[in-house]
Amino acid sequence: MAVVLILVFVAVGSVVFHLFSPWWWTPIASNWNYIDNTIIITFWITGFVFVAVVLFVAYCVFRFRHRPGNRAAYEPENKKLEVWLASVTSIGVAAMLAPGLFVWHQFVTVPPGTTEVEVVGQQWLWSFRLPGADGKLGTSNTRAIGDGNALGVNPDDANGLDDLIIEGGELHLPVGKPVKMLLRSVDVLHDFYVPEFRAKMDMIPGMETYFWFTPTRTGTFEVLCAELCGTGHPQMRGTVVVDNEADYQTWLQEQQTFTQLLAARQEQTTIASSTSSSK
Amino acid sequence: MVDIRSDASEAIPPSEVEDVELYHPKSWWTKYVFSQDAKIIAIQYSMTATAIGMVALVLSWLMRLQLGFPGTFDFIDADHYYQFITMHGMIMVIYLLTALFLGGFGNYLIPLMVGARDMVFPYANMLSYWLYLLAVLVLAAGFFAPGGPTGAGWTLYPPQAILSGTPGGKDWGILLMLFSLILFIIGFTMGGLNYVVTVLQGRARGMTLMRMPLTIWGIFTATVMALLAFPALFVAAVMMLFDRLLGTSFFMPAIVEMGEQLQQGGGSPILFQHLFWFFGHPEVYIVALPAFGIVSDLISTHARKNIFGYRMMVWAIVIIGALSFIVWAHHMYVSGMNPKFGFFFATTTLIIAVPTAIKVYNWVLTLWRGDIHLSLPMLFALAFIVTFVNGGLTGLFLGNVVVDVPLSDTMFVVAHFHMVMGVAPILVIFGAIYHWYPKVTGRMLNEAMGQIHFWVTFLGAYLIFFPMHYLGLLGIPRRYHELGETAFIPESAHTLNAFISVMALTVGAAQILFLFNLVWSLKKGREAGGNPWRATTLEWQTPQTPPAHGNWGKELPIVYRWAYDYSVPGAAEDFIPQNQPGLGGPTREAAS
Repeated sequence: MAVVLILVFVAVGSVVFHLFSPWWWTPIASNWNYIDNTIIITFWITGFVFVAVVLFVAYCVFRFRHRPGNRAAYEPENKKLEVWLASVTSIGVAAMLAPGLFVWHQFVTVPPGTTEVEVVGQQWLWSFRLPGADGKLGTSNTRAIGDGNALGVNPDDANGLDDLIIEGGELHLPVGKPVKMLLRSVDVLHDFYVPEFRAKMDMIPGMETYFWFTPTRTGTFEVLCAELCGTGHPQMRGTVVVDNEADYQTWLQEQQTFTQLLAARQEQTTIASSTSSSK
Repeated sequence: MVDIRSDASEAIPPSEVEDVELYHPKSWWTKYVFSQDAKIIAIQYSMTATAIGMVALVLSWLMRLQLGFPGTFDFIDADHYYQFITMHGMIMVIYLLTALFLGGFGNYLIPLMVGARDMVFPYANMLSYWLYLLAVLVLAAGFFAPGGPTGAGWTLYPPQAILSGTPGGKDWGILLMLFSLILFIIGFTMGGLNYVVTVLQGRARGMTLMRMPLTIWGIFTATVMALLAFPALFVAAVMMLFDRLLGTSFFMPAIVEMGEQLQQGGGSPILFQHLFWFFGHPEVYIVALPAFGIVSDLISTHARKNIFGYRMMVWAIVIIGALSFIVWAHHMYVSGMNPKFGFFFATTTLIIAVPTAIKVYNWVLTLWRGDIHLSLPMLFALAFIVTFVNGGLTGLFLGNVVVDVPLSDTMFVVAHFHMVMGVAPILVIFGAIYHWYPKVTGRMLNEAMGQIHFWVTFLGAYLIFFPMHYLGLLGIPRRYHELGETAFIPESAHTLNAFISVMALTVGAAQILFLFNLVWSLKKGREAGGNPWRATTLEWQTPQTPPAHGNWGKELPIVYRWAYDYSVPGAAEDFIPQNQPGLGGPTREAAS
């Protein structure tokens, strides 16, 4: 009998925990509330199945537990019941898969007119690059990384010269404008993860990955790395600030272009090499 | 299929088969150490797996101490933490679960349940164990090597696995891990071929495929899968060794490591992920299918009722096994592979839910109108149903590509896979040990200790992993040695982490009681007799308990019926052994 009560308690307790859990997703700050909705649908369907199965087991244990003189029924198969159960299951699975694939289609289809922003991961730091006045990011190459060019921007590509470079600083984004995050890593795997945006994607050395989203509210959000990238993995943090348009423009003016950065580094190197020639 | 009784004519050779092929041990060494008896090999596999599994259990305690009480234990720094999670994961998945289900249960049960004298290739079977032991020793050597074991995570993703930012990346750790995996796979192949060939070639007369117990179907299908899946891991391990030792670039693109340009270039880290998960996903079912099979037999035997929908159960096992080879990239939705793959892999992944759900329905329908004995094996089987359904359902979140995006790489994933391929199969292992221990030793395990072990393990494990999903939903990433100051994580999450850690220590302690019970009952356990559960399958019908070398004495059994003739109307007893010819009641041919 204890077994029956505990099984019922597990089913009911799980539902109660779900309803009253203080641990729930962070308030969303992007357009991906579709994802949240799909999760809710999935919770309903799977929660129903879980409770139904566990309560059914509890009832069976209660009703058909061994008592002297009992004998089990002999029923090897019941085709009708098996087909019916398989059909209902298929419908339930389709009810979860269909909205899932629908939203996935949106997730992988970047709308036209989306601004591109590059995120570069390295152990254990986030850097960013925004297109300059020409609206285009220049090409990049890991082999080009060296003094003064931490992100490996191609110095021979005119598109890249006016790119804004933010090494290890904050990224600002304007609210309400779709943005495509181009993701790149110069050393190992990383994953650009802001819980409030719901989207995340791995960054892989040697290739460029992406995801897109539209920030829907202003605020400051913490960037975490979500792919184990070595000892400093939990400390690899960054900040994304979602601004209104005016604040965003102000911030944009303060950023250094690739050309400025190279010039500044050149100056430093000249000073450094004139003071010590041992380099 | 032909009814075996109908051709019981002179055409059949006498059932007394001389066992000339078997190597009979001449000394203590060849009987108990370099043994070619599958039953001894099974025990060797099980004891080795349990020993290294205890190491993994202790590692999980250390991890939970750090997560529950960060900063309290100075010796668990970031490097150690990542080494602990890596070794814990790899040991549990490969060296404990795979080895115990296939090397342990497979070796013990296959010859006995199909009515063979031994495995078909006993010598290769012996080598299989010794290579496995060597693999375990090489793996464990990582703890003593300079730089310690690898801390790359059990997925061993390059390039970080072989770079200096990861513990063991430039030291011995990753090398020992890869060598150990290679040895394991070679050893497994020797054993695996044995299991497959024995099932296909070594069955007793009358034991048609569709009369085999589901335990054998599960182990057989899992072994076929493992033989097809492990080579992918083998190849990946060899290539990574080359990248690390010879400077090749299979998985190494152009990389600037800590400010320094590396020589290698042009390789693909994501190629490794595809190879790894081409093995890694079938691996989930390599663990799950034997558990599915075994739990079917536990439920049927202890509910005194035939398994419901036997043919459907067999087909479900085979279909799950086949489908599991085309779902691997659902582990890689946010890996940066072409996102269009998501449509295909989400669809195949959710389709697997259908045969899996059918198995669950058939288990619970077996209980329906049964005569349920709440013995320890049955309790563990019930707990398996609860945890497996729970873990399987959260798989529908993660398999549904877009839902996976926010949850991937969070504690939700950790909770999911522990529930579905950690807790659930291990509950089956426990149930199976309580069930078959009497056959292996001739004595019953102590019931009182078993009850404590069951309740603490089942409820404790549920309390660990059910709330953990919600930490993931909140957004807490996995593989964080400390959460530090993170704006979105409330104080209450730390309290929950502490609670989970306390439960983890408690559940771990209950396993020590279980191990004690295993030893204590060897001498003090109640005498079991040959068939204490009144079960139908062949292993309970051996002339001796524990069965002698060769299993069957002079005469091999002849099989007259399927494995599930429980409570047959008109029969005198509520079970009819498979080797009992027609008697007192109608018999059933599942395959006719």
